[in-house]
Amino acid sequence: MAFLSYLISGLGLGSVYAIIALGYSMVYGIAKMLNFAHGDIIMVGAYVAFYMLSSFGMPVIPSVLISIVVCLVLGVVIERLAYKPLRQASSLAVLITAIGVSYFLENGALLLWGADTKIFPNALPQGSLDLGSLSVSYLSLLTIGVNIVIMVCLTLFINKTKTGRAMRACSEDKGAATLMGINVNRIISITFAIGSGLAAIAAVLLCSAYPSVYPTLGSMPGIKAFTAAVFGGIGSIPGAFLGGLLLGVIEIFARAYISTQLSDAIVFAVLIVVLLIKPTGLLGKKTSEKV
Amino acid sequence: MKKKNFLSNAFSGSMRGRTISFLVVIIAYAILETMITTGNLTRLFTSLLVPICAYIVAAIGLNMNVGFSGELNLGQAGFMAVGGFTAAIISGMLQTTIPNEILRLIIAILCGGIMAAIFGLLISIPVLKLQGDYLAIVTLAFGQILMSVVTNLYVGVDSTGLHFSFVNNNITLGDGGTMLISGPMGATGIDKISTFTAGIVLILISLLVVYHLIYSKEGRAIQACRDNRIAAETVGINVSRTKTLAFVISATLAGAAGALYVLNYSSVVATKFDFNTSILILVYVVLGGLGNMTGTIISTTLLFALPEVLRFLSTYRMLIYAIVLIVIMLVSNNEKLKTMMEKLKVKGKKNKEATE
Amino acid sequence: MNYKTFMKGGMAALMAMSLVACSSSASTTSSSSSSSAGAIKIGASGPLTGNAAVYGTAVKNAAQLAVDEINAAGGQQYEFKAEDDQADAEKAVTAYNNLVDWGMQLSLGTVTSGAGQAASPLYKEDSIFALTPSASSTGVIYKDMKDSSTAYGNIFQMCFTDPNQGTASAVYLNEHKDLGTKVGTIYCSDDNYSTGLETNFEAKAKELGVEVVGKQTFQTNATDFSVQVKQLADAGANVIFMPIYYQPATLILQEAKKQGVKATFFGCDGMDGILSQDGFDKTLAEGLYMLTPFSADSTDEKTASFVKAYKAKYNETPNQFAADAYDAVYAIAQAAKAANLTSSMKAKDMCSAMVKQFTSMTFTGTTGSNVTWKATGEVSKDPKAIVVKDGAYVSAK
Repeated sequence: MAFLSYLISGLGLGSVYAIIALGYSMVYGIAKMLNFAHGDIIMVGAYVAFYMLSSFGMPVIPSVLISIVVCLVLGVVIERLAYKPLRQASSLAVLITAIGVSYFLENGALLLWGADTKIFPNALPQGSLDLGSLSVSYLSLLTIGVNIVIMVCLTLFINKTKTGRAMRACSEDKGAATLMGINVNRIISITFAIGSGLAAIAAVLLCSAYPSVYPTLGSMPGIKAFTAAVFGGIGSIPGAFLGGLLLGVIEIFARAYISTQLSDAIVFAVLIVVLLIKPTGLLGKKTSEKV
Repeated sequence: MKKKNFLSNAFSGSMRGRTISFLVVIIAYAILETMITTGNLTRLFTSLLVPICAYIVAAIGLNMNVGFSGELNLGQAGFMAVGGFTAAIISGMLQTTIPNEILRLIIAILCGGIMAAIFGLLISIPVLKLQGDYLAIVTLAFGQILMSVVTNLYVGVDSTGLHFSFVNNNITLGDGGTMLISGPMGATGIDKISTFTAGIVLILISLLVVYHLIYSKEGRAIQACRDNRIAAETVGINVSRTKTLAFVISATLAGAAGALYVLNYSSVVATKFDFNTSILILVYVVLGGLGNMTGTIISTTLLFALPEVLRFLSTYRMLIYAIVLIVIMLVSNNEKLKTMMEKLKVKGKKNKEATE
Repeated sequence: MNYKTFMKGGMAALMAMSLVACSSSASTTSSSSSSSAGAIKIGASGPLTGNAAVYGTAVKNAAQLAVDEINAAGGQQYEFKAEDDQADAEKAVTAYNNLVDWGMQLSLGTVTSGAGQAASPLYKEDSIFALTPSASSTGVIYKDMKDSSTAYGNIFQMCFTDPNQGTASAVYLNEHKDLGTKVGTIYCSDDNYSTGLETNFEAKAKELGVEVVGKQTFQTNATDFSVQVKQLADAGANVIFMPIYYQPATLILQEAKKQGVKATFFGCDGMDGILSQDGFDKTLAEGLYMLTPFSADSTDEKTASFVKAYKAKYNETPNQFAADAYDAVYAIAQAAKAANLTSSMKAKDMCSAMVKQFTSMTFTGTTGSNVTWKATGEVSKDPKAIVVKDGAYVSAK
């Protein structure tokens, strides 16, 4: 019984990692860059939603929408200012710039909103569904539901729409895509916009489950979600979902059955083992290199 | 295309490039030592000297991974933790038997480096099987694991020898015993024996070691592999042995750097050597130029000193630091600036030809 | 001239400029000597940025408030400077050196213990007096944290030591068995403060025969506590001892509510500040006990006027860190006045005079009445037990 209860906790935690990993994976898959500032965009989304909900007393849906819009704009602005000029440079240069953006957002938030932790209001349903001695929180169910909806929407968007096809073309070969008449700059901006919008949704779900809002809140979830995305196969959307869920479950089980001090180390150890067996992640595509 | 040329130029056996790096270090040392002895250096800057040396050594090691082997290593700080805490144990153990500080420092740094090398060797086995971002995440994972392990380590020494304990502190010390490492409290009661001279010597040694590898036959083999793995393999180059060597050397340098660092403070916690420190060292390396050791030395010094020099900006300090970082990255990779520089270079050549 | 050379030259030029900037300030400031303006210089370092910024900011704000009040009252004037150390040992050392370059004569030391352990030997070497408001590990005042005979002698604490609090908590629980008899502990295993408190609590509990049924840990910035709370509940704990800061405590209380766990929650001075979090649901903390030297709702005159002034200036309720810092400045001023210190004295001489004062004087402030200090630097004051009732801190017996 305890096992099932831990499993449910793990899936709940994992669903939050999954939704963050989705944004990471999507941006990496199409723009081929690791956006280290993703976790900090989540943090900004969390603060915006917090202020909308508590100071302005707005209801949930409009607050989330405003948060999405703010993050979207922020993501596009960052992309235009900091990443676009480095389009031709090595991916390492973009990584370092992303780190700079991350520091900027964290310290900016500290100056703007102060260092004290704020508590995210209970805007989303807080109760649980009781199944005998087990209980599943409504929030976890909602998060998993949102995950699935986003996954389906993204997959449909990428496979069925013209923009989606353009995005796939960009991810395969930017040069060829340009020759085909695709405006690569616009596509990449759209990618960042979607990724950042997803970050805002992730922020609301993350902070509803774990209500502490503080300037460095995006740091650890960012690393864990990045791990989850790679775990599941970076660039793969179902991979991000699977990776996130599994990471959450492994973390909870490691904490419950092995050691609370070493749970993070164990999660990383499992990741290493999995990558050794499946070097491109669980659902990652084996890329063939052209000579 | 452009970035590959840049890297190949850095490594094309340029004797001048190598000599410059040694000269920069020696001249800087001479200037700073004179300033110290004449009392012209602020206490702030004096206190920065040893940590800067430590980070430079770690960055040179990382430059081997990232610039030379082409692997993104996000776990360098983990090796620093291993080397640093080993050095703390050795120095603490030998405090009474070897009172000569310089000798003890050398032994501690050596032990720190060797321990990090052992871990580096073990870790290189799984790591070098992977590529690209997967390799990066595995190095990150190992870095976090190493840090986690050291945070839960308890080590004490008394008349009967060393005692170890993991996760729970089950050590009972005899008379005259002290705890060297107390889990989350980190290494405490450290005798501060690191010196600036030792740091400079360590930097010079690491430059020698790294250049020796880079300019050897195996070194060229690694670069061939980095530039185009499939082509290298078709020519029959087997680089796994040399790649392992490069990885281990990088880890050893990080371990030695960690040892120098830890022995400069009376108390250090393992959580200092986390993911953020690994990223910091990576930033130093990239900003200095991949494969460019002189660049690494200069960029590490500037970027480490920058937040300290900006202290007068109080709470806006870190924000300004972030902006400076972004601006430097944008400027140094700006295509327009590069073409402008190329044009100046061509113009300069034309003028030279005209005057001859 | 090619691109690479340009960059190298530019970098080298920048480096030379910063070297000049750093060294030129050496000639304009004097190290640990007299100040020219007539004001005694008090320095401090704490996390003003980073994860723990809320504590450093509280200390800086409260200390500045105290200094301004003292200066306004006339008499010996003081100048205060707080440097950022991000609760990091390396940065604490550079912050210390920066303060020495500025001409620091007296100090509030560091805010966090980890930073304090690295800075204390430097304070000892330079013989500068330090009274830390919140660095509570014994490693800050003793060279060997377990051995009081290795006390530095010039570093004092305004806050209880970690062993002190851990022990006092065990004693309190033993004397108040009505709160519960089966104790579960949950602490932060990579934090100096939390681990120190828990270790001492456990030792004293064992000595007194208090039953500890479970021990759970978490790491800094952890968000999910479902496993820890469940395991303590399954072990039958009806008192949960949390020697942690209020941020993780909030998450634990929420998790406990979610799992329907009924227990008395007991914290130490790190718990203070929980009620003043923006957006916090105060019913979550109903019945929470804590051992703290400070209670913002207390009606005694000193506390009330401090809280009022702090709220007016900084727009928020001060927490225990702020209160200790406020008291620390007043204690320093009291001792300095009694010792007739003037700004032209060297820091070394000030130090021996201050030590003499502190080991013999009594101080009353917002965090304690008739507070005295031992020669080792430890403070002797009574912890107050506070319980949260109807969303406010109330004195518990």
